Amino acid sequence: MTAPEPARDDRPTDRPATDTPTSGNPTAATASPAKNTPAGSSAAGSTPGASTPAGSTATGSTATGSGSAASNGTAAADGQRERDGIGEVVLRLDGVVKTFPGVRALDGVQLEVRAGEVHCLLGQNGAGKSTLIKVLAGVHHADEGSISWLGEPFAPASPQAAMRAGIATIYQELDLVDDLSVAENAFLGHEESRGGFLRRRSTAARTKQILARLGHDHISPRRLVRSLPAAGKQIVSMARALSHDARLIVMDEPSAVLAHDEVENLFRIIRELTAQGIAVIYISHRLEEIRDIGDRVTVLKDGRTTAANLPARSTPTRELVSRMTGRTIEYVFPPREVKTGTTPLLQVEGLSREGEFADASLTVKAGEIVGIAGLVGSGRSELLETIFGARPADSGTVTLNGKRITSIGGAVRAGMGMAPEERKSQALLLDEPIYRNMTLATFSGYARGGFTDVGKERAAAEETAEALELRPRDVSRAVRTLSGGNQQKVVVGRWLLGGTKLLLLDEPTRGVDVGARAELYQVIADLAARGVGVLLVSSEVPEVLGLADRVLVMREGHLIHEAPASEIDEATVLDLVMAGSLMEGEPA
Amino acid sequence: MTDQTTKASLPAQSPPVEPPPAPAGQRQSPANWFKGDGAEPLRRNLGLIGVLVILVIIGAATRPELYGDATWVKNNTFTILQQASAIGVVTVGMTFVIIGGGIDLSVGAIIAVAGVWSTTLATQSYGTMGMIFTALVVGVAVGLINGVLISYGRLVPFIATLAMMVAARGVAAQISGKQTQVSANTTINDIASTRFLGIPLLVYILALVVAAGWVLLNRTTFGRRTVAVGGNPEAARLAGINVKFHTVLLYALSGLCCGIAAVMLTSQATSAQAAMANLYELDAIAAAIIGGTLLSGGRGTIIGALFGVLVFSTITNLFAINNLSTEAQNMVKGAIIVAAVLVQQFRYKSLTQLLGRTKS
Repeated sequence: MTAPEPARDDRPTDRPATDTPTSGNPTAATASPAKNTPAGSSAAGSTPGASTPAGSTATGSTATGSGSAASNGTAAADGQRERDGIGEVVLRLDGVVKTFPGVRALDGVQLEVRAGEVHCLLGQNGAGKSTLIKVLAGVHHADEGSISWLGEPFAPASPQAAMRAGIATIYQELDLVDDLSVAENAFLGHEESRGGFLRRRSTAARTKQILARLGHDHISPRRLVRSLPAAGKQIVSMARALSHDARLIVMDEPSAVLAHDEVENLFRIIRELTAQGIAVIYISHRLEEIRDIGDRVTVLKDGRTTAANLPARSTPTRELVSRMTGRTIEYVFPPREVKTGTTPLLQVEGLSREGEFADASLTVKAGEIVGIAGLVGSGRSELLETIFGARPADSGTVTLNGKRITSIGGAVRAGMGMAPEERKSQALLLDEPIYRNMTLATFSGYARGGFTDVGKERAAAEETAEALELRPRDVSRAVRTLSGGNQQKVVVGRWLLGGTKLLLLDEPTRGVDVGARAELYQVIADLAARGVGVLLVSSEVPEVLGLADRVLVMREGHLIHEAPASEIDEATVLDLVMAGSLMEGEPA
Repeated sequence: MTDQTTKASLPAQSPPVEPPPAPAGQRQSPANWFKGDGAEPLRRNLGLIGVLVILVIIGAATRPELYGDATWVKNNTFTILQQASAIGVVTVGMTFVIIGGGIDLSVGAIIAVAGVWSTTLATQSYGTMGMIFTALVVGVAVGLINGVLISYGRLVPFIATLAMMVAARGVAAQISGKQTQVSANTTINDIASTRFLGIPLLVYILALVVAAGWVLLNRTTFGRRTVAVGGNPEAARLAGINVKFHTVLLYALSGLCCGIAAVMLTSQATSAQAAMANLYELDAIAAAIIGGTLLSGGRGTIIGALFGVLVFSTITNLFAINNLSTEAQNMVKGAIIVAAVLVQQFRYKSLTQLLGRTKS
């Protein structure tokens, strides 16, 4: 039960796209899973070698959605040429639909995952990737469509059930308990015990074994997870997956928290896992990683599979990006006349925060909308919060109208307002009435001698509610009862009341339905027309392009590109954001 | 439609110091502070009022001969109110702290320090105002230490005030030399026995503190900040409220209430000692909680807390007139705390379900 060295020899890390002929019998690669699969799953683990690659490819292409059948045909053939060593189909999703109130998060997903492959899921934010993995993990239940796992219908009632069935999920936000040891975390929820007493020694021994399998036997099972770096925590998450004898491991952006050399190590582990016949669903926004580690790619857009089983290494970036873009959701951006001031309202120079972002410089003029495009974790939200004074900067300056901003109080007094990313936890008092939420930053202004004047507050809030077309208009309603879009209007209304000159918006339309989005866009445009400067952050590229006058692209803590919104398109931004190779030419 | 015209322009921007003038009818003057939602606190506390009525009925049923005597009933009511007065004052401060997202376990100990310090021979030599001033200043000072430790020392409120609870009792014992310090000041001693219009002065003090607390919570910027800080500290911070400083003020307010209570208790006992106001922290927290204050902060009422205090002192009185043990009394108190919180949870749940329905 050691790391499968021979298997690695058969699977060189730098695999050319077309090195293996279709007819070649992948003896070595398919044999190793059987040899190296842990005893617990040996019965199922030994099967991959039985199915022929040609047979499974045929099933693959017929199973994919009718809407993209043409592309799938070629994709499947390419995928076959890509590499061998991929076993039988272990997971198959067909027409899976999941609706939440107001949103069709999954709208007919096709997915096919084979034993021993790294299957990449690609899609923009909101494409349904998170919902999909939650369906697989047993957190959500599909409304329609079929899921088969190891040839049988699969509908896990709970995350535990999915785990027991052999599907483990490593979430982006690692779900570890910091104050438990590595071993305790690995076996959390299925502790080894006898008569209610933990069997600490055997747990530690088994954890040690799993860590060795992951090539990390230097991590002590007794060490507290708190003391591990991000990469170490990820190893523990993987150890937990293996402690369940997982046959499929879903990894949601595992590289987002890792440094470059740690990513290499992650890939080494993934290769060892797949060599043991374990299937991996790998989600990442970084195309270079997908090319490096992935075998096949399925692209999601608006909850639908737009392309399935594309070969990860040889599919042109252009095609991948085009499958991800071109919205079916209509973004209605209000037409507007741009009348910006001449002097900068906000000036940010060389702003840095260790480990978050570095040397950020930007300006926003009065009446201008500046958009920052970037992935989650690129440092964009941290940058916005630092500009607002909510996080102390390590170096650099923020000035608004010539005034240095160093604290929230100073920012608010100087005329800055912010609608943070997490509306409910960072901006609203959910049980308090609308008008009190609207006046949260300004109620002192309505007070005389410290005594609040509810009448004045209500009148001002009602006026703002009318202007923002807030529904319901009754400002004494608790904010909890409002829809996401109307809650966001309350937050924006708060800063309107304060006479804000610069508004910072972090993901303003997250959790807002399509109709309310258009209204929010109108509100933002109106604000700019009245001379308010807007600095906007969004993971939705079309939103940034449609709303902003000027676009900044942020990647890994750096502002890497700036262009007028009219001179840049979605594909270019997406490519910059994902660090793809569009600029560097296509792979052969 | 007028909709079209209002939609076209957003409200005129004006600095927060000069809000747009509201329609004259909606202006609020101090005269209509109590209008509108005046009956609301009563409605919200119907359950506790019900409990009070039941307790009185039980009292009347168990001791009909006493309840037949109108003079006795009047005096007994004043006894209950007088017993509730000091703890009631403390509970008002506690309610602010809890609504603001904290807890103050040191209130009993603060009372002891304030009481002992204000009755040393040296302090007594400064006369009545000197003694009252000392009690209030000591209370505020200890509260400030709590607040600074919690806000700027980043201690968990539970830990900081637990430490203060232990330490302040120690300080009180040190100052008093473990002796009971008798108050020779007749003005102080007379507070407890003085009646105005037939009602004990202590009851007036309680009423005054409760009224001031209600206005402070519901009608001032301080109260608004308290709810914001306790309900969602991050939202309050991002709205430009100085959460840390406000938290310090809340503990200082609790300390001030303890100082007032120290004077009241000193007057009742005509003395002060290090063991005075024992377990007041638990009674005050329990009263605030059964009065509808959310232990996690952000929600609570002063009137509810007052009813909570009254329920407890009525139970104590009920057991006293029936010559029953304090053990049985404590068991009943414990049961009432649990029952009150269960009822609240149920009510809150059904309320949110109702709101959820209207939303969809």
